[in-house]
Amino acid sequence: MNPESEFLQRDPAAHPPAFTPIYKTSVLRSPRLPLWSLQNSLSEMTGPVFAQGELGALDNDLVRNHAQDGGAPIGERIIVHGRVLDGGARPVPGVLVEFWQANAAGRYRHRNDRFEAPIDPNFGGCGRVLTDAEGRWHFRTIKPGPYPYRNRVNDWRPAHIHFSVFGAGFAQRLVTQMYFEGDPLIPHDSIIATIPDPAARERLVARLDLGASVPLHTLAYRWDIVLRGRRSTLFENKLQGN
Amino acid sequence: MTPDRLGYLPETPSQTAGPYVHIGLIPRQAGFEIFENNLGDRLIGPETPGERIRIEGRILDGTGALVRDALVEIWQANAAGRYAHPADRQEGKPLDPAFRGWGRAGTDFETGLWAFETIKPGPVAGRRGHQPMAPHVNLWIVARGINLGLATRLYFEDEAAANAADPVLNLIEPPERRQTLIARREQRDDGAVYILDIRLQGERETVFFDI
Repeated sequence: MNPESEFLQRDPAAHPPAFTPIYKTSVLRSPRLPLWSLQNSLSEMTGPVFAQGELGALDNDLVRNHAQDGGAPIGERIIVHGRVLDGGARPVPGVLVEFWQANAAGRYRHRNDRFEAPIDPNFGGCGRVLTDAEGRWHFRTIKPGPYPYRNRVNDWRPAHIHFSVFGAGFAQRLVTQMYFEGDPLIPHDSIIATIPDPAARERLVARLDLGASVPLHTLAYRWDIVLRGRRSTLFENKLQGN
Repeated sequence: MTPDRLGYLPETPSQTAGPYVHIGLIPRQAGFEIFENNLGDRLIGPETPGERIRIEGRILDGTGALVRDALVEIWQANAAGRYAHPADRQEGKPLDPAFRGWGRAGTDFETGLWAFETIKPGPVAGRRGHQPMAPHVNLWIVARGINLGLATRLYFEDEAAANAADPVLNLIEPPERRQTLIARREQRDDGAVYILDIRLQGERETVFFDI
């Protein structure tokens, strides 16, 4: 057992609670009993490890990874990039970041999506990337459109990209959504509103990053992801007799 | 990214995986092929050592209705009880090059069933000063309506002695709730199946962990 691998406890104030009636589906899908808190064992401190060779060459280019012969998706081309850091502000290298999204019209390539906006024949809407040695990741895509969904009678999701992030241990596993700076739908959204703290909501909003854009070609947005911190200090080891 | 007064960064808030989680993580179930290598759809190869088992179950909401749009991930040790991860330094337990220990599956759109073909894990060392943990599989569930992924464990009905000494199961009060984590064994023509239904809310609510 390796005490420096233990994760700091999750701050519930950083997250939406399970039961959030504004988002109706959560009402019947939220546990009523408290979670049992576990001190980390190997089962929580470890997690799957992925290798570059498991990914395809186009996996982080949604403009090309589902394009038919000679075709390209319609929409605003953007680069999305950032870093994965832990709570100690250290980069988290070599972890898998996956993402999925609707097309420019707000339609998902999913058998259950019945929104009448059309499928883009050249857009799949998913990708993945491993963070580099500094915890950096990037991908190219089309900016997704908003779409309506059945919650309140006239609820629309802001433009967003879903993210799934693996850390160094399974306890860091996180699924979240990234929003876009300046989107007027954000303050009306029932799902981002499940997060009580406005400062926490703000952390899900990517910033326009002209510095990372490609002139005459592609705009860029930047968004950093922070996973749970872990014990790291030397005195922790000594205190525990290592 | 603003650090707090001590310099720590707050964790990125969780959001629901939504109804279309399949697109990103298991696109084949969403109805299209995009990746050459679909991560997590297979845990074992022909050369993986260990007892081959199937684990399966359903997820039920607070009314008992099937949750048919969830994603379940599992993380488990190999047959010797060792995780394929550098932080696992248990001595004398071999790593299996043919077993990563991680898988993901969607609940079926019609039947609501999730299932994995895997091997039965061996017991893993407990925390310092504690008993070894009984064989178990770690589960993590995300879905529409779940704001923060739910962590739980699957234990095996035919490991009664090890379960009785398990340091995690023994934390849970009242003891009847421990039963919500214990999968029942069934023998089918093609092998052993362990079945664990997960109840998100209400009567016999599954124990979920803050890990």
